Amino acid sequence: MPAMNMIQALNSALDVMLARDPKVLIFGQDVGYFGGVFRVTDGLQSKYGRTRCFDAPISENGLVGTAIGMGAYGLRPVVEIQFADYIYPAYDQLVSEAAKLRYRSAGQFSAPLTVRTPYGGGIFGGQTHSQSPESLFTHIAGLKTVIPSNPHDAKGLLIAAIEDDDPVLFLEPKRLYNGPFEGWRDRPSSPWAGHPMAETPMGHYSVPLGEAAVVQGGAAVTVLAYGTMVHVALAAAHHAGIDAEVIDLRTLVPLDLETITLSVKKTGRCVIVHEAPLTSGYGAELAALVQEHCFYHLEAPIRRVAGWDTPYPHALEWDYFPGPERIAEALRAVVEGEGV
Amino acid sequence: MAAPLSLHIPEPARRPGAAPDFSGLRLSAAGEVGRSDPQTAASDLRDLAFGLIRVLDDDGQAQGPWRPELGASALKAGLAAMVLTRAFDERMFRAQRQGKTSFYMKCTGEEAIACAAALALDPADMHFPTYRQQGLLIARGYSLVDMMNQIYSNAADPLLGRQLPIMYSAREAGFFSISGNLGTQMPQAVGWAMASACSGDTRIACGWIGDGATAEGDFHAALTFASVYRAPVILNIVNNQWAISSFTGVAGGETTPFAAKGLGYGIPALRVDGNDFLAVTAATQWAAERARANLGPTLIEFVTYRAAPHSTSDDPARYRPADEAALWPLGDPILRLKAHLFRSGLLTEQDFADLEAEALEQVRAAGRQAEAVGVLGKSRPSARTLFEDVFKAPDARLVRQRREHGV
Ligand SMILES: Cc1ncc(C[n+]2csc(CCOP(=O)(O)OP(=O)(O)O)c2C)c(N)n1
Ligand SMILES: [Mg+2]
Repeated sequence: MPAMNMIQALNSALDVMLARDPKVLIFGQDVGYFGGVFRVTDGLQSKYGRTRCFDAPISENGLVGTAIGMGAYGLRPVVEIQFADYIYPAYDQLVSEAAKLRYRSAGQFSAPLTVRTPYGGGIFGGQTHSQSPESLFTHIAGLKTVIPSNPHDAKGLLIAAIEDDDPVLFLEPKRLYNGPFEGWRDRPSSPWAGHPMAETPMGHYSVPLGEAAVVQGGAAVTVLAYGTMVHVALAAAHHAGIDAEVIDLRTLVPLDLETITLSVKKTGRCVIVHEAPLTSGYGAELAALVQEHCFYHLEAPIRRVAGWDTPYPHALEWDYFPGPERIAEALRAVVEGEGV
Repeated sequence: MAAPLSLHIPEPARRPGAAPDFSGLRLSAAGEVGRSDPQTAASDLRDLAFGLIRVLDDDGQAQGPWRPELGASALKAGLAAMVLTRAFDERMFRAQRQGKTSFYMKCTGEEAIACAAALALDPADMHFPTYRQQGLLIARGYSLVDMMNQIYSNAADPLLGRQLPIMYSAREAGFFSISGNLGTQMPQAVGWAMASACSGDTRIACGWIGDGATAEGDFHAALTFASVYRAPVILNIVNNQWAISSFTGVAGGETTPFAAKGLGYGIPALRVDGNDFLAVTAATQWAAERARANLGPTLIEFVTYRAAPHSTSDDPARYRPADEAALWPLGDPILRLKAHLFRSGLLTEQDFADLEAEALEQVRAAGRQAEAVGVLGKSRPSARTLFEDVFKAPDARLVRQRREHGV
């Protein structure tokens, strides 16, 4: 199996789907001839032709609105929003239209589109290249939200998202495109090559939506994370010398509640990590679920480590980003059973 | 049976390996496009959206009815602002390459537009710029050191390290906070102008957008509101032929000039040679005269060319012919104004060399000052500032989070 970085794995997923299904087509800003600003669609236009992979005007609501129309016609559009920070003009089309089309038409129409978009921080991208807006979408009934954390899953999940008959928001942690990032601002980052999850089959396979992965078994505490934070949480557990069980959610909606409860019932402790701001973040939903399903097994309060409730800064990125130190501190507090 | 349909995907005539081709560009000769009285009704101004208003001809001579009244000192100030803008861009692009900051964007080849617009409008008028109008600040004499401190996100950054480099905000210089989200500033400019009008003020607003971003809904919302309320606003489209790797056809420029979009909204529209300092000045003055006389908005398309990469993250050799900039038919704005000043006997080669040397020295001196404070990562605002300005006064949770962070 070849080792791929996440960009190559995503490109391979799109390649496989364009080849397999004539109904799949890709459009978005700069994705055609150029191959995308992160090169995820590199080579696809020359391989499959201009009507299968093409540039779109800078209009995110236009992108999603036309994709809904194409989906209603019977195609399987995959659109790219250049950065998740630019998805807001499309919010109405996603929330009021894509998410509700099947329901309001009693199944007559549906919108099987996939919206791919790079998200998250750690690249000195400032306010408009760093945000993590997942909870704005997980709150919407009718939308699925997927976030991979490694090349192997990225490919399998993207194929599953494209094959899914409902609208899927596919958030790509851009800090992981070229290598796993452990969150240490001052240490060199490593490439994907050599990482077991970089082993990515060439052909078709899928990672089903709604299945979390236990990326590290442990007995002391359960860590719930997704995207970049999976790697930061692993580094934090190592740094703190704590035997943590780290769960990569992979899809936020639908959520694999069973894997979560099984683990928390075993460890009796839970730390939730995300880059997005704390208030009304997806961690709040996870904490509520863990409380509802595991209350009598809990030996310490659940802790959330998240971005502060401020816009994403530039110079102070590392004060904002929930790095391994902050996570390690939460792990220690929870394991030592301290109240908050 | 009906013939099968097919989908049109716009594609430029020019990609790497092909010869640059500007044959599709609608050009007019200098002086060719007539000038209408600014009082003219929008419906009688259609032609101005399809021609190309040009003043400077190939020999640097000012031609035709759009020649602005500019004295020697105004012309020299314009040239100096453009030269300084280019020198600033060169230095800061290099600073990014040297690892002193995370990001930079140049406006090379487009200097005439922002510099002339800044000088043609009143200092009290408000600009709502994009990231490619650094010339506004520089022409208005804004501190180069403060610009660099912003770019370095250092302890002296007026924006407290919060914004990506070059996303300036300078209220006192009539320069609205730049957003990285394209198009959002256009309706805001219209709203500022509406507020000025309903307050009986005399100031006008000027909104800026790129060719690619005109596809955003916000652009069209801005035109609707500007038209409905006859807002005293100038709406500028900087058509530099590219939106990262997408040519103008992907934004709808294949079938009609961007200026012509104004006509559907009943807004007078001018299509102007953006590399011609005199034409930019004349068009801006014309639009300002209309706005100040309560005649409402004007849409201006400045035709220019993005000679630089989109940003420090971009490599245009991947999507356009390498020699395209050199073959751009509207030339270099600095050389064109320089030629005009030469011809008019207002400038010698030595004067121009001095001007360039002065600009370089100004930029170097500012660079030394900003770097003494520190470049990105070496100096930063206090971590406390992270939690400030989210609201006017922090709510309890922000205070809690600041304490938790230990600052
Ligand atoms: C809403 C939104 N969508 C996408 C982007 C990403 N983006 C940044 S600049 C750019 C191209 C803009 O081209 P144009 O409007 O022609 O301006 P230019 O860069 O040529 O000055 C794109 C797509 C963005 N900043 N905001
Ligand atoms: Mg452009």
